[in-house]
Amino acid sequence: MMAIINWKVGIVSCSGEEIPEGTISRIATRLVLEKLRPDETVTICLPLFLAGGEGERTFAKLFPTITVDGCEKRCAEIGTKKYSGKPFATIVVTDSLKGYPSKLNLKSIDELNSEEWKFAEKVAEEIAKKVDEALGREKDAS
Amino acid sequence: MSMPKHEYVFVIPCSGMGKSLGTVGRKAAYRVARELRPQHTRITCLALLTVGDEETLRKVRAHPCISIDGCPSKCAQKNIEASNGRLMKSILVTDTLRNHRDLKPEGIIELNPEGCELANLLAEETAKAVDEVIKGER
Repeated sequence: MMAIINWKVGIVSCSGEEIPEGTISRIATRLVLEKLRPDETVTICLPLFLAGGEGERTFAKLFPTITVDGCEKRCAEIGTKKYSGKPFATIVVTDSLKGYPSKLNLKSIDELNSEEWKFAEKVAEEIAKKVDEALGREKDAS
Repeated sequence: MSMPKHEYVFVIPCSGMGKSLGTVGRKAAYRVARELRPQHTRITCLALLTVGDEETLRKVRAHPCISIDGCPSKCAQKNIEASNGRLMKSILVTDTLRNHRDLKPEGIIELNPEGCELANLLAEETAKAVDEVIKGER
């Protein structure tokens, strides 16, 4: 009998509690999980890699992962490489911000204002496109 | 008059990406750092400990830390311990929830009002823990 594997993409966000870009990472990741690609994605708590999450490490070895980092320290990317394997794609919020058409000064670390929300949605669309690429699909990120 | 050895405590919540209780913990940490005990509290990214960032390792080894974890995996506590940080107290959101069973947190991106209330209660509990740690350091 042939086994059917339900491929999922793991999204690993930095925790980013200290900076607004980290909050964008977390919220964009959740938007993908809850709204844009709920059936195709799961999230992995980055600190669980070190805290003994064997399931998380194994998942990230077997399935494609996308890392989402708030800043150039790239904790999600480095952590995923260190404990599991090379991510399929990496996204850094500060890079996304450079390509964002309107000038935006990120300030919120808890609740985002409306401009920051729009930007988080944009980053979420960027992640969703990478999810589609990882699954070998072409799809509108909407 | 002797000066306190350490004037602030690191309150480190788990990243809590997958559960409402993680959001409760993070909200509580922000409230302590910004409203309840801003003069005695700092926050740092837990992920920096996971990847062994030198600067962050120095901070958690030099200053007392309080972890706030959303689930029994205790990622914040374990990451501080693995970093040889000065962990003074571990707080579990589920313990606070046990004492307030009427508050059912829902939502991760945005918490429901019950979740926000639980976060406020947790923040008050954490602020008391900050006071105890600071007192002990003097």
